[in-house]
Amino acid sequence: MAGERNDTAQARRFRDAALPHLDEVYTLARYLLRNVADAEDAVQECYLRALRHFDTFRGGPIRPWLLAILRNVCFATHRQRNSGEPQDAVPDDAVPLWRDAAPTPEALMLRAHDDETVRRLVGALPQDYREVIVLREINELSYREIADVIGAPVGTVMSRLARGRALLRAAWLEAEETVR
Amino acid sequence: MRCDEAQVLLHALLDSELDAGQMRDVEAHVAGCPRCAAELASFRELRTRMSGVALNYAAPDGLHRRIEAALPVASAPALRAVAPSRRSLLKGFALGTALSAAAATGVVLMVMRSDRDQRVLRDVVSAHLRSLQAEHLTDVPSGDRNTVKPWFNGRLAVAPPVVDLTAQGFTLLGGRLDTIDGKAVAALVYKRRTHVINLFVGRSASAEHSPLRADMVQGLNVGRWSDQGLSFIIVSDIDSGELQEFHVKYETAVRAGA
Repeated sequence: MAGERNDTAQARRFRDAALPHLDEVYTLARYLLRNVADAEDAVQECYLRALRHFDTFRGGPIRPWLLAILRNVCFATHRQRNSGEPQDAVPDDAVPLWRDAAPTPEALMLRAHDDETVRRLVGALPQDYREVIVLREINELSYREIADVIGAPVGTVMSRLARGRALLRAAWLEAEETVR
Repeated sequence: MRCDEAQVLLHALLDSELDAGQMRDVEAHVAGCPRCAAELASFRELRTRMSGVALNYAAPDGLHRRIEAALPVASAPALRAVAPSRRSLLKGFALGTALSAAAATGVVLMVMRSDRDQRVLRDVVSAHLRSLQAEHLTDVPSGDRNTVKPWFNGRLAVAPPVVDLTAQGFTLLGGRLDTIDGKAVAALVYKRRTHVINLFVGRSASAEHSPLRADMVQGLNVGRWSDQGLSFIIVSDIDSGELQEFHVKYETAVRAGA
């Protein structure tokens, strides 16, 4: 039947458009859920949902669309698990943007860390900051695309990135001290 | 610019997310503020360090296979079909988490937004191409802003700011009425060397100022911003640098009341 043929063609279009981004979707899931098994479940659920709703996708970049679905799936997992918001949610104003003292030139030198250490530092950031850092630094989305994924204004993306990077830098310097 | 603003905007500077005007403002502040300059250098270093490590994860083969198996290839079950075929489609997936209504709504909202976005982009590009093909570039052909601006009176609910940018390398050719996303808008036509620039001006949903947002559609550069209740969209085949230049010069001239 013609209807079935269309659906098959659509499924194939979905596959061609969405499957190449599997690693990226999985990466965001790993950072959001911080657990291999949950991340795999969430990615499967994401692709299933995306396929079902593919007729509502009107072209343009598919990554923000796909990552937004993944994010919703991850939060649903959190809600089920914790019956509430992710526990490390921190209000925006609880994190100082400024460090108390002006950084000295010595303090500005950041040592290189290995992959595993940096993954751990990013993974330890509070949820709101972790997701924008991952979407920007790893998925390399534009601010507009990040805003679409997290459903917040671009201004919020900008301020969360600023605070997120400040937190990451502090954690980075702290990790250096424990290494020394 | 105050330090607390610069502290946020320097990240947008690092990410190349600022328009030319904002970029100048942040750079000017940083040049005169050792503390913000140190912050910028520090975050630039953080960025360099981060780009030196692999932070992405590769999806396990098993996951890849399971998802692939669930996507129909040839004689696959229909997606919007009845229960049995949907169940067979589901088989490849572990039965994942059920989505809450709120999560589902989030997806729909996002899809609707990008939907409208695509429609507007498509409309402005066809309006631009139409204006070139149909020899209907202008309803009011004039290089004089004092002729073009009053022409829109009574024809539109908005008064588009018409500025003369001849000295800056963009010649005003005139104006016309056009339709974008089902709404009447003003089209101002400028020329840069042999390139035509259509600037569409319509009413904006918000009074907020938003920076230039650039896209490329069918090989044409499209730039969008909004200011004081008006939304602006430029379409042209000039390159993105010149498009940005037009945006800066147009906004500067409008602010100066030129």
